[in-house]
Amino acid sequence: MTTMQAVTRPTEIPVLRERGQREVFCGLTGIIWLHRKVQDAFFLVIGSRTCAHLLQSAAGVMVFAEPRFGTAIIEERDLAGLADANEELDKVVRQLLARRPEIKLLFLVGSCPSEVIKLDLSRAAERLNVTHAPNVRILNYSGSGIETTFTQGEDACLAALVPEMRADAADQLLIVGSLPDVVEDQFRRLFADMGIARVDSLPPRRARDLPGVGPGTRFLLAQPFLGDTARALETRGARHLPAMFPFGAEGTTAWLHAAAREFGIDEMHFRSVVAPGRERAKRALAHHAERLAGKSIFFMPDSQLEVPLARFLSSELGMRLIEVGTPYLHRGHLADDIAALPAGVQISEGQDVDKQLDRVRAAKPDLTVCGLGLANPLEREGLSTKWAIELVFSPVHGFEQAGDLAELFARPLVRRDRLTV
Amino acid sequence: MQLTVWTYEGPPHVGAMRVATGMKGLHYVLHAPQGDTYADLLFTMIERRGERPPVTYTTFQARDLGTDTAELFQKSARDAYERFKPEAMIVGASCTAELIQDDPAGLALTMGLPCPIIALDLPSYSHKENWGAAETFYQIVRQLADKTRVASAKEGRRPRANILGPTALGFRHRDDVAEITKLLNGLGIDVHITAPMGSTPTAITGIGEADFNVILYPEIAHEAARWLEKTFGQKYSKTVPIGVGATREFIAEVCALAGIAAPADTDEGRMPWWSRSVDSTYLTSKRVFIFGDATHAIAAARIARDELGFEVVGLGCYNREFARDIRAAAKLYGIEPLITDDYLVVEEAIAAANCELVLGTQMERHIAKRLRLPCAVISAPVHVQDFPARHSPQMGFEGANVIFDTWVHPLVMGLEEHLLTMFRDDFEFSDAAGPSHLGHGSATPLAAPLAGGVEDRTSAPEAAITAQIENTSNPTREATRTDEVWTPDATRELMKIPFFVRGKAKRNTERYASEKGVAAISVETLYEAKAHYAR
Repeated sequence: MTTMQAVTRPTEIPVLRERGQREVFCGLTGIIWLHRKVQDAFFLVIGSRTCAHLLQSAAGVMVFAEPRFGTAIIEERDLAGLADANEELDKVVRQLLARRPEIKLLFLVGSCPSEVIKLDLSRAAERLNVTHAPNVRILNYSGSGIETTFTQGEDACLAALVPEMRADAADQLLIVGSLPDVVEDQFRRLFADMGIARVDSLPPRRARDLPGVGPGTRFLLAQPFLGDTARALETRGARHLPAMFPFGAEGTTAWLHAAAREFGIDEMHFRSVVAPGRERAKRALAHHAERLAGKSIFFMPDSQLEVPLARFLSSELGMRLIEVGTPYLHRGHLADDIAALPAGVQISEGQDVDKQLDRVRAAKPDLTVCGLGLANPLEREGLSTKWAIELVFSPVHGFEQAGDLAELFARPLVRRDRLTV
Repeated sequence: MQLTVWTYEGPPHVGAMRVATGMKGLHYVLHAPQGDTYADLLFTMIERRGERPPVTYTTFQARDLGTDTAELFQKSARDAYERFKPEAMIVGASCTAELIQDDPAGLALTMGLPCPIIALDLPSYSHKENWGAAETFYQIVRQLADKTRVASAKEGRRPRANILGPTALGFRHRDDVAEITKLLNGLGIDVHITAPMGSTPTAITGIGEADFNVILYPEIAHEAARWLEKTFGQKYSKTVPIGVGATREFIAEVCALAGIAAPADTDEGRMPWWSRSVDSTYLTSKRVFIFGDATHAIAAARIARDELGFEVVGLGCYNREFARDIRAAAKLYGIEPLITDDYLVVEEAIAAANCELVLGTQMERHIAKRLRLPCAVISAPVHVQDFPARHSPQMGFEGANVIFDTWVHPLVMGLEEHLLTMFRDDFEFSDAAGPSHLGHGSATPLAAPLAGGVEDRTSAPEAAITAQIENTSNPTREATRTDEVWTPDATRELMKIPFFVRGKAKRNTERYASEKGVAAISVETLYEAKAHYAR
């Protein structure tokens, strides 16, 4: 079921565009890390039993006493009349807020069924804001599979936060994209050492700490999947600082450097600030380069992290890129990473999973990065795999995590060499 | 709308996937939006399957809705047939596709595909996973069974039975099938086909050639078995052989169905003696709370009372379709049945039951950890732990052996219990270490709140995803637990009680104090409570 075309423009790498069965998560999956990041927010999916089942299956939710997310499962009678569905939603929100009084920010998250029945969650949010103000702020975004792919859910969520940011014209640097706290703190220390006075993060750790935004705001994207969020910030006057994404020693240096240049940090000072971390990262990478250099790798589309990770693996560890699949290629935000890819690399956008698997089998890569639904079947065929999802959930950005990131790719190969069973 | 933070059953199309994935030669074309492919990982990760489930998803997106999703469906079905060349296809819609009303069944039937097409109508806004599996299996059997192929004359051959019910992602289905096949063969009964797991569409055409049917999982096989009885006159077994007593009855029942004499002398395994041996005396009257799917829960209750000497203080199931059976069973134990799919209600019931052992699903295992109670898993929904490398059935006499070990090991052994008391004051004995057999979760000293333990991360997908995530629990639900104040004397006295019963003593005392309105718990209150709860 594929329409396939190779689009070549003079200065660009050819991109294989495919349409067919896509073996990817929907945007709801982002809730799994977002609810941990913003600790006083609750994510209420308005969806079906499938949505609830996805979240618990993808997240292994059984570990939680009561997670800060849930699903208002649409039932048959809700489909009969939308007026009733709205009443039902109000009731569920009331129940939820009564049970969780510590919630300060509630996201109503749209799903495939809620989109298809055209349940207007922005109006629902308006209505509920009137009822529950000032204790709780209620926002909405869509994480539906018909509109969002996996990490795009975070993009939609952060874009929904942007209008909530207070106007603030002061000079500041904004780090955009959720990072593990430990990584965020490392970056903040580096910016502080450089001498950038005001640094803030989106999303914040607490809803009440939502940063301001305005013409003095310059922002770095920590994640490559935040197209809508970046656009929303730009409409508030903020300016994006294009850079490679902060993976490995080179990517992290380039990313930090973009901010340093913008904020007029002296070049020598910048170098002295980043030198220790950069050296540590290079030492950590050297351990793994030996094992990874020359090995071939195939990325199935998953999180949109594929292009910057491929850049890291090829330019810093000497891996051979067979195909770099991504659900969506944001040429603007990825420009620096794309430019650093080796000539002739095959990038593919979208997916027809059966055809792509044919290509994997034909190429026999040393390592295939893929989703959990494909990993064991490929291993059974004798192909080593790396679960893509671990790259989203593990701390992998920045100097101090460069070695860990390389290790994630080296481990399946080490394991393969070690086992004799 | 129903507020759900966790659900025992998936949507009905996941039930259909469990049927399809258990079979060979069957392909499922599912009209579904992008993202519904998550269900593949249940099979490849939890069950460690080395093949992708035989499912083609149309994975439509918003832009497709504006054009022609029906055409997309037909293209997917055609491509799937070309690539996989299945013996038969099942076609249907997931929850979202159900709303756009493309009628995949009608579309597929008009396409002239060169294999049988079985249309599934699985209403996802009113039904759930087990129902979906049952309906799918029923439709497959109804549409594929060749009514001209019936059982041959019984003379000169062994009786022949179908085993019905096992699916992919079933709780110990793999091992139960092996065990029951062996048992039937030993009785002189041949297994004709085992379905859905282990069969093919071609094999199912001859399902009518068996003399009778053995139903292992009524939740999945009951509908199909009733139709087979009506159509082919095949009787079916009613006893689910979980536990020694049930296995004995099962043997008698299938022998009667087969028209053969039941064996006079059967090897019933070790479980009966293990239970009668003196070390098991301490199991007497242990209070046990049971929750799971109805079949496993009812079987567990019988084993608990009749084969281990426990007292059943709670019994429930999450599948309402079998509520009547659970109600009937609960009557036997003189308790109120719990029929709910809200785990928070189950948690409250367990906390209130004052039990010493929880038998439940993976969710009850987590609840039990929070409440610091021993627990064993007896039922789906499944977890990677429920697919052990070793043979580990629940059914038959070997299943009873497995159950004895699984339920008894979380409890402190009889002799060990005495030794622990004797050596409790020994300086080398670390009181704070807690019972090692319960894992890290129980190692927190008593001073910590009773709820909100640290969780293990055992499932592979869980481990990947929860790497960054710690346990959260709702402070408002915990805060109500201990309003009474312990006097220093009472606390010292409490610490003299062996740690493995200390939690219970503390809970009982606090409950007693709150019921009696005692604000400060003294040594006196502690012993008043002990006398009050003595049995």
